[in-house]
Amino acid sequence: MIPEIGQFALSLALAVALAQAILPLAGAARGDAAWMAIARPAARVQFALLALAFACLTYSFVANDFSVAYVAEHSNTSLPLVYRITGVWGGHEGSMLLWTTLLAAWMFAVTLFSGHLPEDMVARVLGVMGIVSAGFLAFILFTSDPFTRLLPAPPNGRDLNPLLQDPGMVAHPPMLYMGYVGFSVAFAFAIAALLSGRLDAAWARWSRPWTLVAWMFLTLGIALGSAWAYYVLGWGGWWFWDPVENASFMPWLVGTALIHSLAVTEKRGSFRSWTVLLAICAFALSLLGTFLVRSGVLTSVHAFAVDPRRGVFILILFAALVGSSLVLYAARTARIGLGGSFDVVSRESSLLANNVLLTVAAASVLLGTLYPLALDALGAGKISVGPPYFDAVFVPLMAPAVFLMGVGPLARWKRASLPELAVLLRWALAVSVACGVLLPLVLGRWSPMIGLGLALAVWVVATSVVTLRERLRHASSAASAWARLRSTPRAWYGMFLAHLGIAVFIVGVTMDKGYESQKDVRMQAGDTVELSGYTFRMIGISKVQGPNFTATQAQIEITRGGRPVANLYPQRRIYTVQQMPMTDAAINAGLFRHLYVTLGDPLNATTWIVRVQVRPFVSWIWLGCLVMAIGGLLSATDRRYRVAAAIRRAGAAEIAVAQAAR
Amino acid sequence: MSAASLPRMRTTWIVVGAFVALVIVLAVGLRLNPSEVPSPLIGKPAPQFELPVLQDPHKSFSGKEMLGKVWLLNVWASWCVSCRDEHPVLVEYAKDRGVPIYGLDYKDKRADALQWLRDFGDPYRLSVSDADGRVGINFGVYGVPETYLIDKRGIIRYKRIGPVSSELMERKILPMMRELERE
Repeated sequence: MIPEIGQFALSLALAVALAQAILPLAGAARGDAAWMAIARPAARVQFALLALAFACLTYSFVANDFSVAYVAEHSNTSLPLVYRITGVWGGHEGSMLLWTTLLAAWMFAVTLFSGHLPEDMVARVLGVMGIVSAGFLAFILFTSDPFTRLLPAPPNGRDLNPLLQDPGMVAHPPMLYMGYVGFSVAFAFAIAALLSGRLDAAWARWSRPWTLVAWMFLTLGIALGSAWAYYVLGWGGWWFWDPVENASFMPWLVGTALIHSLAVTEKRGSFRSWTVLLAICAFALSLLGTFLVRSGVLTSVHAFAVDPRRGVFILILFAALVGSSLVLYAARTARIGLGGSFDVVSRESSLLANNVLLTVAAASVLLGTLYPLALDALGAGKISVGPPYFDAVFVPLMAPAVFLMGVGPLARWKRASLPELAVLLRWALAVSVACGVLLPLVLGRWSPMIGLGLALAVWVVATSVVTLRERLRHASSAASAWARLRSTPRAWYGMFLAHLGIAVFIVGVTMDKGYESQKDVRMQAGDTVELSGYTFRMIGISKVQGPNFTATQAQIEITRGGRPVANLYPQRRIYTVQQMPMTDAAINAGLFRHLYVTLGDPLNATTWIVRVQVRPFVSWIWLGCLVMAIGGLLSATDRRYRVAAAIRRAGAAEIAVAQAAR
Repeated sequence: MSAASLPRMRTTWIVVGAFVALVIVLAVGLRLNPSEVPSPLIGKPAPQFELPVLQDPHKSFSGKEMLGKVWLLNVWASWCVSCRDEHPVLVEYAKDRGVPIYGLDYKDKRADALQWLRDFGDPYRLSVSDADGRVGINFGVYGVPETYLIDKRGIIRYKRIGPVSSELMERKILPMMRELERE
């Protein structure tokens, strides 16, 4: 009964989504207020229906209802409760349901925080989102129904993929999808602006907080996925340039360009057509990511079951949504004004250069991801493009981008003076070059990449300090400096933090890549191995019984200079239902290094292969992402967006009162 | 239209063109299967072999004994990780549906292989040991597991590199087997 309710809720949601897609847009075009007014209630009803459907599927998982095919394939009675709940998005059908439910949640948020917007804008934004939602609901209902019955019901389910039975998997997909789907709001605002012909600063101000929040979720989602790969896949890699990872990285790069471009459009009115195009591209890449992951056109470590109808459906959806927006863009682009002009040396041009670099980076990732597919499609053979390509392309693009990131916030709008910038930045430059040359020598090994990485990280920190000092330049006393800091908008601190997050991230990557050390050794009880000053001693091997797995567990005692550091318990697990072996690495995490121990294959009853790794600064990689995300959140909650909203609401109320009085 | 907007029009059409090209590539890509590598052996007679039976090395088994039958030859090894992925599928189809699957235990130690079958179940009517991998070379094995569908005349009709899924069984292998049975 419960699954049927879920299915019915989905069908109703599709009907509501179609109404929401057609009526408000038509109403906005005809100036019909009653039709436009349908947008908000429709979006709210849709959210309620999808939340109901999602709750129904969750209930089926919790209640072990194996008569639902999807539950039977992804759950088991011995699966712990928390993984029965997260198992909801452990497979294709549930992931798509999560995607659509989150889209409805974003629409619901738009209905709540759009009081200050003109009615026709709200109608158009929600109408566009309704189109997207209708497309995905049709996709779920016609090709990927999570509520399909499996009768007679099997006595037990096939269990959740052990790789997904992990706390990281609890949060990674929802965060990532919040980011993907969140870009649909920026997209809807861009299309609404194109439709109404009002591509102005107000439009940029409205879409900025939405874009920032989506970007923040995407940043966290990617970081969680990378952290999960690091400790679950068992060999300590944190980024593989796998097609599915690339699929999430491309919207991030374009989204990063978009938040900067929006800032320029809001402040200076320039870059309008750029901003619209980036908004379309960010969402298009999110859709493309969904297509790549869900259609199975690419081989990847994320091997998903493939049904050809699904791929065709998503491709048609992708082509229709993105194609029509690009045609609309092409038709309207002549009417988009150019906005304020600016000099070659100005904050605008440094931001423009950075946006070009980020876009080119996204394009090169796209090329590397699709090149094997294109060659195959042309019948030119099968190849794979790996990390060497991406590393070779990425560093030359990102190094100048990070350099400009230091200059941008100091350059004046419209026209900056190069000599003035040079005076401001000469110390920062000297310090970072010196650090790039000297720090690696102190640390023990110099290579061009380590030098470059550390120099860039120091450059970002140093230029941030200079930017902060410039803010306080005219403060005469500590009190006035404090007053200045307090009056500085939150969005500025957001930028400041996000840029520092990049520095933290670069330190993590550089130190880990440059100074990681690892050893594969055979060990039995009593054996020791030395690595980077740490002594790893195997105490013994034992058998452990988990809720749905059995494991062989080693105890490794780590000491440094005779003093105990930690005891680690790496495991080799066999998940009983799927008979799938898994490596459960043990990590002693610290701010400045991780000690990472993996239990490999047994050589005989008492001797095992053990891999030990010392990973300096590796946690800074994710720490940097976290700092960036906090920066995004700070910017999104800037007072300006709230105050502007409140003022406009008050203004609208006054007008309404005046009209009523007349 | 002003002169200034002309270059912008051009960029716009470049973007639209790139998008159309992308969609075409993806559409063609959908029709391809990334893990399907064409094999020169398809349509050719399966290489001859005579190898000791895994469970009883005194006996030997030759591919010729299978003439007149449609059967699957599955290349596996106890050291192969993806074999564990496909193993439940093989067990299911061998036990429940009676699909005739014969195993070629590739570059493996006999004791390890037997232990592996005890641990994970034995879907094979019979397995032969190809300890030095010679027969594997004749078959052109380049990644374990591999599965060959061989018809009544001893000709290879289909080859799968990588694990067999129940979907592949249902959509491809079983229908082909049914058709070949009728020949």
